[in-house]
Amino acid sequence: MGAGSNAFKAGVITFPGSNCDRDMAVALEAVTGTPTIRIWHGDADLPKGLDFLALPGGFSYGDYLRSGAMAAKSPIMRAVVTAAEGGLPVLGVCNGFQVLTEAGLLPGALMRNAGQTFICRTVPLKVTNTSSPFTQGFDIGETIRIPVAHHDGNYFADDATLDMLEGEGRVAFRYEEPVNGSQRDIAGVLSANGRILGMMPHPERAIEPAAHPSMGGADGKRLFESVLAALVSV
Amino acid sequence: MKVRILVSLKPGVLDPQGRAVHHALDGLGFAGVEDVRIGRVVELDVADDTSDETLKSMCDKLLANTVIEDYAIEHVEKEPA
Repeated sequence: MGAGSNAFKAGVITFPGSNCDRDMAVALEAVTGTPTIRIWHGDADLPKGLDFLALPGGFSYGDYLRSGAMAAKSPIMRAVVTAAEGGLPVLGVCNGFQVLTEAGLLPGALMRNAGQTFICRTVPLKVTNTSSPFTQGFDIGETIRIPVAHHDGNYFADDATLDMLEGEGRVAFRYEEPVNGSQRDIAGVLSANGRILGMMPHPERAIEPAAHPSMGGADGKRLFESVLAALVSV
Repeated sequence: MKVRILVSLKPGVLDPQGRAVHHALDGLGFAGVEDVRIGRVVELDVADDTSDETLKSMCDKLLANTVIEDYAIEHVEKEPA
């Protein structure tokens, strides 16, 4: 990585239909203090020297075929897969999580919510991994509150994959109440090397204390602070 | 050559849409419906010499998500014998 805190280069990809890309860029800027690099889905290459990459929420390509399926095949994703396999830390939130699974960077799939409805509310999550860059700033077992806003957040993988994820400590967050029917209440999963995180809840929507408790709070900011602390200290 | 790709959820994968439609059929008074599964049909018009291998590759890479879905390939219009 070789990132100094002054030069931490975070990037956010925008796909056609992304709608949380600006929020993600703002959240990253609030923590890094440097402008977030905006990357277009049609680009063939990532900017040089990138320290961190985020795939935002939204409805890329109108959710055609399956959520995230088209975006996963867009030109920039070939570069993302190569960079991620080379160790670039990648965060996928909501549609970004769906894209990461469709691209084969994370196991499982995100299916239609079990209750069929779009769910938009702040939910309690239990932190179940503290060894990744994204989660090392949390305490194991603590409850954080992060908003969800999705129609296809129902995490599915076969039992062998779920057992493997749990056995390797790769479940980052679990829902503490029924939300969308996800297998084993999984809200976020990590890659084998811990450097890719996909999660349905939106940490970028919880970066400052709000006037009303229903409006997010600041637990999401801790995830970005955790990333920065982990990557800059390495 | 017309090809129809039938994409369906794997057995054992919960299908909330199918379940909702099943309830609706029950509500309409249709008795004896054991199960409802919702899938997707993709109709392709491809060059006549497109191989089954190529069609399978299309399914594996994009048209189906094999984590949760199975697919079947049907040739709609056979070439004249």
